[in-house]
Amino acid sequence: MRLLPDNVRDGVPTEAPPQTPGIPARVPEGTPLHTPGLSAQAPSFDETPLLAPPLLAVEGLRISAADGTELVHGIDVAVRRGDSLGIVGESGSGKTLLCRAVLGILPAGIHVTGGRILIEGRDMTAATEPEWRAVRGHRVAAVFQDPASYLNPALRVGKQLEEVLRRTAGVHRRDTRGQAHDLLTQLGLRDVDRVLRQRVGELSGGMLQRVLIAMALATDPDVLIADEATTALDVTVQAEILDLLRDLRTQRRLALVLVSHDLAVVSAVCDRVQVFRDGRVIEGGATARVLRAPGHPYTRQLLSAHAEYGLERYLGSIL
Amino acid sequence: MSASLLAVQGLDVDLGTAPKTRVLHDVSLTIRPGEVVGLVGESGSGKTTLARSVLRAVDAAAGSIHIDGRDVTTLRGRALREWRRAGSVQYVFQDPLRSLDPGVRVADSVAEGLRIARIPRAEQERRVNAALAEVGLEHDLAERLPSRLSGGQRQRAAIARALVMHPRLLVLDEPVSALDAASRDRVIRSLIVLREARQTDLGMLVISHDIGSLAALSDRLVVLYRGRVVEDGPTRRVVAAPQHPYTRLLIASVPVIGIEGPDREKRAALRAAIVT
Repeated sequence: MRLLPDNVRDGVPTEAPPQTPGIPARVPEGTPLHTPGLSAQAPSFDETPLLAPPLLAVEGLRISAADGTELVHGIDVAVRRGDSLGIVGESGSGKTLLCRAVLGILPAGIHVTGGRILIEGRDMTAATEPEWRAVRGHRVAAVFQDPASYLNPALRVGKQLEEVLRRTAGVHRRDTRGQAHDLLTQLGLRDVDRVLRQRVGELSGGMLQRVLIAMALATDPDVLIADEATTALDVTVQAEILDLLRDLRTQRRLALVLVSHDLAVVSAVCDRVQVFRDGRVIEGGATARVLRAPGHPYTRQLLSAHAEYGLERYLGSIL
Repeated sequence: MSASLLAVQGLDVDLGTAPKTRVLHDVSLTIRPGEVVGLVGESGSGKTTLARSVLRAVDAAAGSIHIDGRDVTTLRGRALREWRRAGSVQYVFQDPLRSLDPGVRVADSVAEGLRIARIPRAEQERRVNAALAEVGLEHDLAERLPSRLSGGQRQRAAIARALVMHPRLLVLDEPVSALDAASRDRVIRSLIVLREARQTDLGMLVISHDIGSLAALSDRLVVLYRGRVVEDGPTRRVVAAPQHPYTRLLIASVPVIGIEGPDREKRAALRAAIVT
């Protein structure tokens, strides 16, 4: 099984940001806003030091290329049990490098050059590959954009899921088939027996992403990272996968890290948002606060782009 | 019908051989001069097949496709070649690198169609400069190789390459789907500027699986579902008051900032309504 595609960063120069005037007039403070971030219990960015230690934390993380060019310039991220953190940014913003760093799978030649990675309090910054193997997939698991590239096209999907259960989760061979079936059933798949017998080419993108999510959950991780996991899907299927991620977070008390270029996607699911740009976190906080009172011009620009070009244009005031 | 730039009527298209699969069923669609029509549908809905039919890259099993009053489905042999050479319909791919040669300056790729048509050099230069200006691409960028441009700049160069042929109809297939948000907005803005500048002559058919990317640009939206047009109307009406259950499901599935989306039960009910 291939673990990751090679194209972490596409290296394409980003266009200069368009000069957009300020965002449109906003509704007065206190107007009800229907976003998950409004929940009073949601831990806000500022309260985090008071809460339990994070399942996953990076502190002042710096990542550099082999030639010394720094790509990520000191970022802080922390997620606790039951958290949902959305990370928004373009390609080249450092969001995917962050995901790979916390899984111990940075591409060859790219290294952590500063700061710390803590997983359940354990410093993984200088961890060896065997040490990472005990963590990756066990404590922290991930799904990415193109599910087909992580599966062997020649083998039945069920066999591959059983293999993950046996090798990674240590399930006894005689139980793997039943557990594979149970996992996919829990993920809301219909006709599970048929899906388990099929191969990559016979399944839709949404089905394949469910299978990959099942593999990620096989070891019952504490943190699930979804990096552009719905980007390539049709929008009606994206809505179903986002429902599934919401359910998993509440049912399994996972910490969910949802990474997307689309602010609307993360704000539909996550209590907290961090906006990445050029290897820095330029804004972070409760989703409702970031949407209602964005502090950084780039965040305002993302919002005004939705107001100007998105469906928001026709569906009533944007905040 | 003579007022239409593009008039597709009752189009059926089959793909494959023994057995053939009907991919488009009784599709009708019109574009008037100056109009931008967004064609939205999920993967496998037939939207690219419809675009390829308009280009005569696939044959119709039934129905007609009139462009400027002429039925192009009946063109054969030399007449078809001449129609193609005239370039009245131009296609822009999702990936601009399919139309920009990586080894030559962008300006030369933009001029390629004019060179093939043996347009005099001075005229070529004039038309290339005009097209670059229409898409807002600075001339010094056009002196570079495609690899030295951003994705959005490349896509605008690919649009300029289509515009130099003075087409009547631009068919843009997922023109912004592969781009970053900033580049996407810049390309959409360029297309809006183009629409405003060419209100009397140019028509555009913009294809996307992402209805959000069509909202600002399209005068009308046509929704394709499993090879059939299920909805066709002004963009504002289709987005704010969709009629067909599939369109309603589509709109209900798009995350919208500041508005809580319809819950999954509503979406499940819409999905069930499509099947019946």
